[in-house]
Amino acid sequence: MNYGALMEAIVFYLFATLAILAALGVVIARSAVRSALALALVFVSLAAMYILLNAPFLAVAQIMIYAGAVLILFLFVIMVLNPRLDIIGARSTAQTVTAILFSIALLGLMVATLIGGQLAPATGIFTPDLIREVGHVQVIGALLFGEFLLPFEIASVVLLIAIVGAMTLARRERVDPTATKRDLKRDLR
Amino acid sequence: MLTVTHYTILSALLFAIGALTVLIRRNPLIMFMGIELMLNAVNLAFVAFSRFLNDMSGQVFVFIVLTVAAAEVAVGLALVVAIFRARENVDVDEIDLLKG
Repeated sequence: MNYGALMEAIVFYLFATLAILAALGVVIARSAVRSALALALVFVSLAAMYILLNAPFLAVAQIMIYAGAVLILFLFVIMVLNPRLDIIGARSTAQTVTAILFSIALLGLMVATLIGGQLAPATGIFTPDLIREVGHVQVIGALLFGEFLLPFEIASVVLLIAIVGAMTLARRERVDPTATKRDLKRDLR
Repeated sequence: MLTVTHYTILSALLFAIGALTVLIRRNPLIMFMGIELMLNAVNLAFVAFSRFLNDMSGQVFVFIVLTVAAAEVAVGLALVVAIFRARENVDVDEIDLLKG
């Protein structure tokens, strides 16, 4: 009895079902906070999938970045803007049905492409045993600072742009400018 | 026993549900959540292919996608906050000043 394969299948189907049900929860939930929490569940089940796929560093990074930062940001904005969001109605029935049909068509197209296909032979050198022996963080580190150095540096520039952009967009415009030292000096003279 | 097809079909399902979220809901924050769902589905496909092809490029790509998604959420939510502050109603369909 191959307990390894059995365990792998059990974990996969368990977290796959959880991910799909949580994703449906994001669509269906009435309040935005419930959608956000369902999204957190999707993130965590995908992290479990990454561990199954022998990528533990990505699993932890997924939880830290998505469930730990992105989701908290969503919740903050929902909490701040929630009273104003309640007045949004739903789409008309015709639009909803069309959207569902389109989604099913998209899903059917993707599944039809995937089921008939056959994976190319595994020609890479990073077998799961090698990754387990060297360490996943070490392998990703060696690649990020070696072969993929340019994307890594560009990603840091993207983050810098996002920081500046977010601060500029969310800034409040001051109606009366705050007093500077020069103004205070002039008033006190 | 588990092949790459299992993971990619799960990824396709999550992607379709993310697309459905963006289409059906009018709340801009929940539309953003649909976009994050789609990005996560693609991440799963990348990691699955990376594992079954013994090639680490997929996982490095996921690393970069993670970074870009976090940056996009920050800017997108700042945009939503700025829009909400300027207008009375917050219906996504009414933000159409740039419409041709």
